[in-house]
Amino acid sequence: MKILLAARMERCIGCNSCSLACARLVHKRLSWSSAGIRIHSSGGISTGFQALTCLACDPPPCAAACPTGAYSPRKGGGVVVKKDLCIRCGACVKACPVDAIAEDFEGAPYVCIHCGRCVEFCPHDCLEMVDVEELHARDKEVPA
Amino acid sequence: MIRDHFRVLVMDLAAGKGKVAKIDGRDEVAGGSGLAALLFNLYGLPDRPWDDPAQPFILAIGPLTGYFPLMSKTVAAFKSPYHDQYAESHAGGRSALALRFADYDALVLVGRAARPSVLVVGSRRVELRDAQFLWGMDALNVAKRLRQMSGGSGHRSILRIGPAGENRSALACINVDTYRHFGRLGSGAVLGAKNVKAVAIRGDADFPFDQGGAACGGTVSKDYPKLFKEIHRQLTDTQMMSKYHNLGTAGNVAALNELKSLPWRNLQQTTDPGVEGISGERFADETLLRNTACAGCPVGCVHIGFVREKFMADNRWLYRQVSYDYELIFAVGSMLGVTSAFDVLRIVDAVEKQGLDVMGAGVALAWATEALEKGLLTPGQVLEPLAFGDANAYARAVEHLGRAANEFYRDLGRGALVAADTYGGADFACVLGQEMAGYATGELYFVAQALGFRHSHLDSAAYSWDQKHDEKDVDKGVEFLVADESGRSFLTSMVSCLFARGVYKDELLAQALESVGYTALARNMAQVGEHIRRLRWRTRFATGFNPEAVRIPKRFTEVSTWKGPVDPVYMEALRRAYAKRLRELGKPLEDEAPA
Repeated sequence: MKILLAARMERCIGCNSCSLACARLVHKRLSWSSAGIRIHSSGGISTGFQALTCLACDPPPCAAACPTGAYSPRKGGGVVVKKDLCIRCGACVKACPVDAIAEDFEGAPYVCIHCGRCVEFCPHDCLEMVDVEELHARDKEVPA
Repeated sequence: MIRDHFRVLVMDLAAGKGKVAKIDGRDEVAGGSGLAALLFNLYGLPDRPWDDPAQPFILAIGPLTGYFPLMSKTVAAFKSPYHDQYAESHAGGRSALALRFADYDALVLVGRAARPSVLVVGSRRVELRDAQFLWGMDALNVAKRLRQMSGGSGHRSILRIGPAGENRSALACINVDTYRHFGRLGSGAVLGAKNVKAVAIRGDADFPFDQGGAACGGTVSKDYPKLFKEIHRQLTDTQMMSKYHNLGTAGNVAALNELKSLPWRNLQQTTDPGVEGISGERFADETLLRNTACAGCPVGCVHIGFVREKFMADNRWLYRQVSYDYELIFAVGSMLGVTSAFDVLRIVDAVEKQGLDVMGAGVALAWATEALEKGLLTPGQVLEPLAFGDANAYARAVEHLGRAANEFYRDLGRGALVAADTYGGADFACVLGQEMAGYATGELYFVAQALGFRHSHLDSAAYSWDQKHDEKDVDKGVEFLVADESGRSFLTSMVSCLFARGVYKDELLAQALESVGYTALARNMAQVGEHIRRLRWRTRFATGFNPEAVRIPKRFTEVSTWKGPVDPVYMEALRRAYAKRLRELGKPLEDEAPA
């Protein structure tokens, strides 16, 4: 099972191509914020960029917090999302320890589902899909 | 498409209240440059001066902003303090996407705030906040405060002015997200005159496809994702990356020097072996830290170098990151005879803090240096021992210019040619409508910048024409300028970065428009481009443009390029012929013969 890893964020140029791709292809939206990966500067562009995205917790605290089964643990880490079960309570957003789940004005949550569709749009190869088993064998350090 | 009309936030700064206006005209003016001109015709006062509180300051984006890559510019339009005529200036950063996701096609500021203020706008907020405590602050520091005050990290754009804008210098820019600028024609002074230190735009809304509703992303065709991917591929292919990402525009420094087209020491030379210290290669090898990008652009052309400064003994240093580009290296490098990359960055850093247009500042100081050499200025007036190559003196002079330290620097802040009216030296003021851009390529470029709509090297590819043509054919040259402008007007109405003009050819652009529902625009691109071009010129003429009165200073006739010495007779013929064509393009509607 593979997960998305923002492994080389020191290379990020802040183009937001990943966020726009996630919104366009996964969530069918024009957005840079309602997406499973969001790019923030760490205090102005001179300080570089960080990706807010799911780190594939296993077990995931957001799924534990979800009262309706909209989020359930995904094999390899992270969650499987069933949108139609979501009641927009925001519990998952609060439960995420790394602020990886975005919420739109209507309270709908957006989390990375580790599909990897953003990866090819990153011009600097900051993102990659890695096998969880392989990952356990190497440093899982994700630069901020 | 999100909607078939324009949604415009009109902010009355005196009242502290905004109004959301619905404005028709999408199929006629598209957006960007066209929309800005339309809005100036609605809100502008052609006969009143630029700093009349009622004059609008306009920001406009295009129909494809957010939908496709490199549709990432914002057009600023205003009556310019430089020439008191209608003007445009373009910038990127996050400004375009922030406006898109704040859900405005344009922002219009009218009136003057009672006190120094900052404006924070988003899809669910319009707040004019007192910011007297920010007045006087440099353009870098003010952004640090704004980041704390405005929220929305990563998905916002911060536009701000430095001391130059507060002092209403005609050379004042608006700094956008630290490394980009509405650079030319004095936009910073317009915000200064409105008592607006900064505008923070929060892009906090989003648009679902296919679900209808007021703020819907519209029906996108099934081909849209595929088309996006193809355009993304073309924009990130090796050639584009090599041209704009690798050395970036700085790669042109050595190339233009080789072609005898790089202005040196107030255009007293067009080539110099000192180029070796300021070439794109030198910058990349020694100063480049990393690249960054405008939001929505995977190319990442913004090159960031650094300066470090020993502020105390015992190796106590501070450092700052400073962006560079061809124009900056020309303006405060070769034009000032500065031949060290780090010295160039030090002067750029000073320019950034003051919120000055770097081309304006560099070229104006180059004139001042020669005027001092010739005894037209006194050491007491210039305050620093200005001499070509003396980076320390220039860095301090930039501060005097931004802060309007004395009468001389206040005069110089209105442009070198205006200062020359008082002090003499008009013959060697390198002004072509405004302080020159870095292309001493020949007659057609000089005429194109002197008379062009934005007085910018991006109004046309005249600099490229000069590099390829040594025949002296007035009709062909002018025809090239006229033919080139219409398509560019359409592209800047799309708010496409002009670096993408090689990819966004007509056919691809039409497909892009069609795929997100702008069918009428897609089918009428040529007519709409021509309409916009004429609308812009009519607007410019209505505010007093007189192309016949534009003179090209003598220094430009003393230049030698790869073609040999500039031919003043040919240049004058070009100037007259182009002025005549512009007069035709900008004639009022009632003068046009019925179709």
